[in-house]
Amino acid sequence: MRITQGAFSFLEDLTDPEIEAQIRYALQNGWAIMVEYTDDPHPRNSYWDMWNQPEFDLTPDEADVAMRDVNACRDARPNHYVKVVCYDSSLGRQSSRLSFIVNRPPEEPGFRLERQDKADRQMRYTIHPYAHQDPVGRRYGNRDAPRA
Amino acid sequence: MTLTNDVQKSPKKDRWAAGVTPYAEMGYWDPDYEPKDTDLLCAFRITPQPGVDPIEAAAAVAGESSTATWTVVWTDRLTPHEHYQAKAYQLDQVPGVEGQYIARIAYDIDLFEEGSVANLTSSIIGNVFGFKALKALRLEDMRVPPHYLRTFQGPPHGIVMEREYLDKFGRPLLGATTKPKLGLSAKNYGRVVYEALRGGLDFTKDDENINSQPFMRWRDRYLHAIEAVNRASAATGEIKGHYMNVTAGTMEDMYERAEFAKEIGSVIIMMDLTIGYTAMQSMSKWARRNGMLLHLHRAGHGTYTRQKTHGVSFRVIAKWCRMIGVDHIHAGTVVGKLEGDPHMIKGYYDVCRERFNRANPQTGIYFDQDWASLAPVMPVASGGIHAGQMHQLLHYLGEDVVLQFGGGTIGHPMGIAAGATANRVAVEAMIKARNEGQDYYAEGPDILKRAARGCPELDAALEVWKDITFDFESTDTPDAVVSATVSR
Repeated sequence: MRITQGAFSFLEDLTDPEIEAQIRYALQNGWAIMVEYTDDPHPRNSYWDMWNQPEFDLTPDEADVAMRDVNACRDARPNHYVKVVCYDSSLGRQSSRLSFIVNRPPEEPGFRLERQDKADRQMRYTIHPYAHQDPVGRRYGNRDAPRA
Repeated sequence: MTLTNDVQKSPKKDRWAAGVTPYAEMGYWDPDYEPKDTDLLCAFRITPQPGVDPIEAAAAVAGESSTATWTVVWTDRLTPHEHYQAKAYQLDQVPGVEGQYIARIAYDIDLFEEGSVANLTSSIIGNVFGFKALKALRLEDMRVPPHYLRTFQGPPHGIVMEREYLDKFGRPLLGATTKPKLGLSAKNYGRVVYEALRGGLDFTKDDENINSQPFMRWRDRYLHAIEAVNRASAATGEIKGHYMNVTAGTMEDMYERAEFAKEIGSVIIMMDLTIGYTAMQSMSKWARRNGMLLHLHRAGHGTYTRQKTHGVSFRVIAKWCRMIGVDHIHAGTVVGKLEGDPHMIKGYYDVCRERFNRANPQTGIYFDQDWASLAPVMPVASGGIHAGQMHQLLHYLGEDVVLQFGGGTIGHPMGIAAGATANRVAVEAMIKARNEGQDYYAEGPDILKRAARGCPELDAALEVWKDITFDFESTDTPDAVVSATVSR
């Protein structure tokens, strides 16, 4: 399966120049850039790990600086999900404005849907990532990686 | 002159003498009045009957929507009546139209109960629309002072919280209404939900008239829909939702359905405008209390919003709904099958989404409106739209919108999931191109064609709906600009 979180998951994986173009758009809008990674892609995982502090002060012609963050994170955390988050601090928004996946494990086993019977034909549902049989830092083939 | 036919043409009578005094002479017309920051202001389009003085007509509207009745009553003198009288303070002829006027009327904030759209509307549109001396009357816009606005809860969540809850940023959300809207059994209905969601949509939706009929009762529908939602969520790793329509004959029934939707884990419910302002406000408070997104289907609004000379403009309905507090509201598509001049729709979307609306004759906004940090509402575009229009939809409606492709998903020749995929690929390709700096509106068809090369689902959608446009002249257009819907 392919996890389709983020703004561009239905397209071909973005190339580096395409990622940089999206970052440039965010910087033109005055947004901050963050890189986050995880090996827990549960849809309710709000807190992927932050690779760095948000880049707040980049100008539109410094997209390459944020791109270096992307590449450093991808190198250090192979076989992880990595996303770029563009953050808009302006009044009334104060939230993420764009986020898209820029790295994913080569194999994505996906999620098991667990059902627990309740009364009156109701069901309690839980979504369980198959990769969670291993501890954090040792999923998606990262078996030799140190524990996070 | 007065508005009754049989009144004696006597010399000007004393204000308090028994009998009929023209509204304008009773204080309901006051061209020197300067509206206070706390006043509620209305702009009415007035079409007086032949021979009726427009100033007297405007004063009559002010009178009948505040303290007046048809004849002088001495009991006014028991009150500081000037305070409670609405005042028509400005009257302008509509440019280029004989016999139509825009009257601006100020109401003191004391006329309205805090936090009650029912009370507000009982005053402003309660009696006056049937007034015989007027051929037609339309409430065009309303400025709600922040002092009054902040007595309302507003949207239970708003656009930002909804996006954070769903973890979806940077693109329009996608939805589809289950079709056929009537007749499917619960199991078949859930099949449509599952296919559309796993194919790439974020939401599916009950239609306005799907409540609890003999062919499918509400509880059975909810149970099958939530199975579909969870299956699709597991298949994609995304949060998905189905708007469960809780519209019912009584509040007790609606609460029961809403509670059940919460119990089985739905992220969103919906209601119809037909349930009324008070019922909607009750559901809004329930939704805030229970962390449930609340979608509003504007069922029935066309009966009073569409005609240009009579009724209530949709921009006013949208304002009331933002005060009542809904997270989603249907607000037009521009390019789809339902009524909507592009400028007017922009005005509705601005009313839903902006922190401050600047008066703008081009979009039909008559007053500056400070929203006093009431959360914005996510507008929903639904009705006769398809993937081939993605560049136009993004251009006219922007990014904070739910695009709902009912037929445009379910009618896809390769199946429902394929229809969903076509829409998702189209929206992602268009956003990507826009962000890259391409002139996506001009190059839209090419952007879609390129995206379709790697996506047979989109290719098929573009082929089957390539000639579908709805080019009809709008009935409700701004006075300043008349524009036909342009499709290309």
